[in-house]
Amino acid sequence: MNPHIKRIIFFAAIIAFWYTGSKLEWWMPIILPSPEKVLEALITGFEDKTLIYDLIASFKRLAIGLGLSLVIGTGLGVLLAKSKTADETLGTVVLAFQSVPSIVWLPLAIMWFGMNEKAVIFVVVLGGTFVMTLNIRVGIKNVSPLFIKAAKTMGVTGWNLYKRVIFPAAIPYVVTGSRLAWAFAWRALMAGELLSTGPGLGYTLRYASDFGNMGLVIGVMIIIGVIGTIVDQLIFQRIEKSVLNRWGLDS
Amino acid sequence: MFIEISNVHKQYGDKNNHQVDILKDINLGVNKGEFVSILGPSGCGKSTLLSIVAGLTPASSGEIIVSGKKIDKPGKDRGMVFQQAALFPWLNVLENVLFPLKQEMPKKQAEAEAKKQLQKVQLSKYLSHYPHELSGGMQQRVAIARALAMNPEILLMDEPFGALDEQTRSRLHEQLETIWAETQKTILFVTHSISESIKLSDRIIVMGTKPGVILKDIKVEIPRPRHEHKKEMVELEEYIMSYLKKEIDKVIREELADESTH
Repeated sequence: MNPHIKRIIFFAAIIAFWYTGSKLEWWMPIILPSPEKVLEALITGFEDKTLIYDLIASFKRLAIGLGLSLVIGTGLGVLLAKSKTADETLGTVVLAFQSVPSIVWLPLAIMWFGMNEKAVIFVVVLGGTFVMTLNIRVGIKNVSPLFIKAAKTMGVTGWNLYKRVIFPAAIPYVVTGSRLAWAFAWRALMAGELLSTGPGLGYTLRYASDFGNMGLVIGVMIIIGVIGTIVDQLIFQRIEKSVLNRWGLDS
Repeated sequence: MFIEISNVHKQYGDKNNHQVDILKDINLGVNKGEFVSILGPSGCGKSTLLSIVAGLTPASSGEIIVSGKKIDKPGKDRGMVFQQAALFPWLNVLENVLFPLKQEMPKKQAEAEAKKQLQKVQLSKYLSHYPHELSGGMQQRVAIARALAMNPEILLMDEPFGALDEQTRSRLHEQLETIWAETQKTILFVTHSISESIKLSDRIIVMGTKPGVILKDIKVEIPRPRHEHKKEMVELEEYIMSYLKKEIDKVIREELADESTH
């Protein structure tokens, strides 16, 4: 059977169960509101434009935060790949930071930047930077020595060697690094917004929860999940697949 | 002499930090336009020798002079073809061959030159293909076109057909012979296949192992095209085999001894 059809049947079954359970009051609406309530909350949210403003605000922060983390991550990654001393010192710190969920920085960030957007963006940057750093580092270290030898016999050295061989050869790692950085940054953004200030999807989620609007809570969760899936599956995984294929790295 | 290799030594430190001789007392002269094979069992240092001529590996002592100039780094006068094609996967066939020509000449001229080389290896129809879309033999032909594109005096080939199947290899031998005849390049060709070296070269340098030394310098007098002289080729093969047998036995014995001590 076509996987799409399987998927549609699967989701239809879940929604049917959800709908029936709500109708027959197997659970209280405050525990899990009915699908209609969620749909209603989403429609209201889009009609009064709250959710649209939220989406714009969240994406603005994500763009700034992710952009910064990709730039900083690439810079740090090149440094770690090229300088043994940097790798032995700073490299250890990067590994340690990478194992810390970036949201734990929020209290500190609020002290430094205040209860505002900057604090959230800071957390997003921390979320994406280190995974990018580690990927770029590995990507540059893994460039086949054969490529470098071949380029040298063709008279390419120094900065040109980086520009024309090492960076292009590392592109699969840049793509993977970016995909992971996006995933970490997106999670960090939602956590940051949930715990700080709005507007933003995370903030609206908490706001709705505070007012017992469980329909909207679930609605926002669905939006977050859908965006995550679209960006990951439809954008990053496709790019990754075609790059790995062309670079001859797919198995 | 066009290429003069004099007193080249190469040593490596092994894992116990003992100096091991890879190459010892290598002296070899090659004339312009000559096709010279370097033949030897695995581990005899023949690829290292080629790499030293390419300027990719420094010699421990001794020197290599190419048309009067001492070699100390890679240069465009020496094109190299490796066992793996080493094509850049992010560039298509044409762009790969253009690679050494960028910054050398105007774009139009470079493209014309690259296309000319690709025509030589009969790949004109594959300009916009990417390396992963080509067979191993085709990739190796692109690599040859790329090396020829910068118009080197010398073509260094490190077991270029070693990873290919028999039929493909045989066709590439013919193409290489034609290219060599047309372009008059000097070719240094590293191989472990006796028949390959006989089929292609003017001279065969037979190397022994541990340390890598030149055992014999054999001039191949069989007229071309050589496939018309099967009998002479077989005779020469047997003659060379008698030299190499001792060396190959030595390698196998050592490998077996290694095995039993581990």
